[in-house]
Amino acid sequence: MSNNVAVPRPGDPVAGNGMLSRRLFLERTLVAGAVGVGAASAGMSKASAEPLAVQPWMTTPGTGFEGYGQPSRFESKVVRFIPPPPNPATQGVGPARTPLHLLDGIITPSGLHFERSHSGIPDIDPDQHRLVIHGLVRRPLVFTLDALHRYPMESRIAFIECAGNSALLNAPKPLPLGMAAIHGVFSCAEWTGVRLSTLLDEAGVDPSARWVIAEGADACSMSRSIPLAKAMDDTLVCLYQNGERVRPSNGYPLRLLVPGFEGNMNVKWLRRLKLTADPAMTKDETSRYTVLLKDEKAWQFVFPMEVKSVITRPAPGLRMRGPGLYEISGLAWSGNGSIRRVEVSADGGKSWARAALQNPILPMAPVRFRAPWQWNGGPAILQSRATDDKGNAQPTRAAFAAERGMRGVYHYNAIASWRIDEKGEAYNVYA
Amino acid sequence: MFTLERVAVFAALFAVLPALAQTPRLGQPISPEDIAQWDISIGPDGAGLPSGSGTARQGEPVYVAKCQACHGEKGAGKPNDPLVGGIGTLAAGKMPVKTVGSFWPYSTTLFDYVRRAMPFQATKSLSADELYAVSAYLLSLNGIIGPEEVMDAQSLPRVRMPNRDGFIPFPRNPRESSAFPE
Repeated sequence: MSNNVAVPRPGDPVAGNGMLSRRLFLERTLVAGAVGVGAASAGMSKASAEPLAVQPWMTTPGTGFEGYGQPSRFESKVVRFIPPPPNPATQGVGPARTPLHLLDGIITPSGLHFERSHSGIPDIDPDQHRLVIHGLVRRPLVFTLDALHRYPMESRIAFIECAGNSALLNAPKPLPLGMAAIHGVFSCAEWTGVRLSTLLDEAGVDPSARWVIAEGADACSMSRSIPLAKAMDDTLVCLYQNGERVRPSNGYPLRLLVPGFEGNMNVKWLRRLKLTADPAMTKDETSRYTVLLKDEKAWQFVFPMEVKSVITRPAPGLRMRGPGLYEISGLAWSGNGSIRRVEVSADGGKSWARAALQNPILPMAPVRFRAPWQWNGGPAILQSRATDDKGNAQPTRAAFAAERGMRGVYHYNAIASWRIDEKGEAYNVYA
Repeated sequence: MFTLERVAVFAALFAVLPALAQTPRLGQPISPEDIAQWDISIGPDGAGLPSGSGTARQGEPVYVAKCQACHGEKGAGKPNDPLVGGIGTLAAGKMPVKTVGSFWPYSTTLFDYVRRAMPFQATKSLSADELYAVSAYLLSLNGIIGPEEVMDAQSLPRVRMPNRDGFIPFPRNPRESSAFPE
C-alpha cells in the first residue's frame, strides 16, 4: 500500500475496498502497469472477439429527416418514472421522476426533466398568456409574451430539486427502490429568460414590499411567497429550457427560476406576481414544504436545497458484470453555492477517496463527479459525500436525524448508500 | 459647434441613458379593477376575503356533493388527503397525522386553497357563501368552531388554529432572505 506517499500515483488505492486515486482518470497514462487494472481486470472474457459483421444499416440508406428529432428506438426504456396516483380521478397530481441512473453529464434532456404538478399540465396559448405585476408597486403592469421577448435575457445552468426529493430515505427501513423513485425529482437545465428584477424595477417596487407572491395559470393557481431580496437578486422569468421554449410540463410559456431554492418556489405557468409586506401563507408554504422536527415544531420557509450528492452509477437496475475496474459516477450540488469537494467510499463510510470533479463547476448547478473503483467482486457499500464552497458538508444519516429527526419529509440531504452484492446488483440500504 | 454647453447636454444625456436604455419598458399599465378577476390572494389577516358567509351546517351538503368523493366521509381521507383529525400527533415520538385541524396554522389558507384549487375538476366554481360554509364545516369537524358559528370575512381570520404557533424559522436561510413573519 502507498498510504505513506504524499501524492498517490494513478492507480494507487487511496481508500478501502478498492477505491483508487482519481488521478487514474485525470492522468490517463501509465495505468495498466500501476495496479494491474489493465486488460485482465476489466471483467471481460480474454477470448478473442467475434469477427466483425456487416450489418444491414451499413449497406442500405437510412430514413429521411424529421422535424423534431427523437431518441433511438433502442433507448425507449429511458423514460421518467411515474408512480401511480393515489386516486385515478385526480390525474396530473404528483411527480414524474428523472431516471438519473440512465443519464450522464449534468444537463437533463427536456423530455426527461422531472415535473411536479398539482393540477395537471395546462395547455396554454402563449398569445393569450399574460404576466401581471401588482400590489405594492407604483405602476401595476401587464406583459405579453411578445413584450417579454424584447427584453435582454440571460442564461444559466441550474438545478431544480423538489423539496420532497429523497424523502423516501426518511422511512425507518430502507425501501427496495431505485434511483428515479428515490432521487429522481432532481434535474438540471440551461434556463434562459429575463431577470425578474428588470420587470420589478419597471413596475417600481414600493419600499414597504418584502415579498413577492408568485402564482401559476394552472387550474390550482399554485402559489408561493418569495422573499423580495431573492426576487431582486438572481431570479429569472424563463422562456427557454435547453435552448428551446420551456416544455409544457415545466411551465410553458413562462416559469420562474429561483436558483438554489426549493423546487416548489420555481412557479410554473407564471401569470401573476403580487408584491406584499408579508407572505401569503399559501397551502404549499404551510401544510406542505415545512419540516416537522423531533418535537412538535416545524421549520417554515426552508429556502435553499442544501449540499447533497448521489451516486448515479452503479445504481439499482445497472448490474455490474464481473470484478474489475469501474467508474463510480454521480451528481453533487448545493443551493448555497458551488461544489468544492466530493468524496466516495466503497466501505460504507469507513474510508474516503476524493472524486474527480468535471467542469463546469457552477453555483446552484450540479457537478458531475467520477472516481475509479477496483471491484473485487465482494460485497461493498458505496457512498458519496459533498462539501460546498461555503464549507457546508453533507451530513451522515445519523447526524441528519440527530438534528431534525426523521419526520420532516422534505429537504432530505443525508449521505445515501448503495449496497453492491456478489452478483453486482445494487440496493438501497442505510449504512 | 462643439460648445461646452453641448458637451454638458451630451454628458447629461449619457448620465440618464443607461438607466433608461437597459430595458424596453413594454409593460402595459393596468387598473386594479382589471386585475380583480385574477387577484385571488388572501392574506393571513383576512385581506382579500370576499363578502359572503356560511356555517358548518350549510357546508355539509356542499362537502358531500363536491369534496367527499376524494376526501372521504367527514374529511376522513382516502383516496386523497385526510382533512380532519390528528390533533396532538405532532408531539415528539409520535407518527404525525397532518390535517387542516392538526397542522395548518391559518384558517385563511383553508379558504384560499379551496377557492383557488378545489373542487379538483372545476376549480374556482364554488360561490363565496359555499366557500365560507365548506370551510366552516371542516373547521367544525376538527372541533375548532361550533356547527352554528358563522364564517365570513371578519370571523374567519379570527379563528385560532391549534397549530398556529407550531412554526419556527429555518436557521440556515441566506441572510438576505431570512425575513420571518411575526
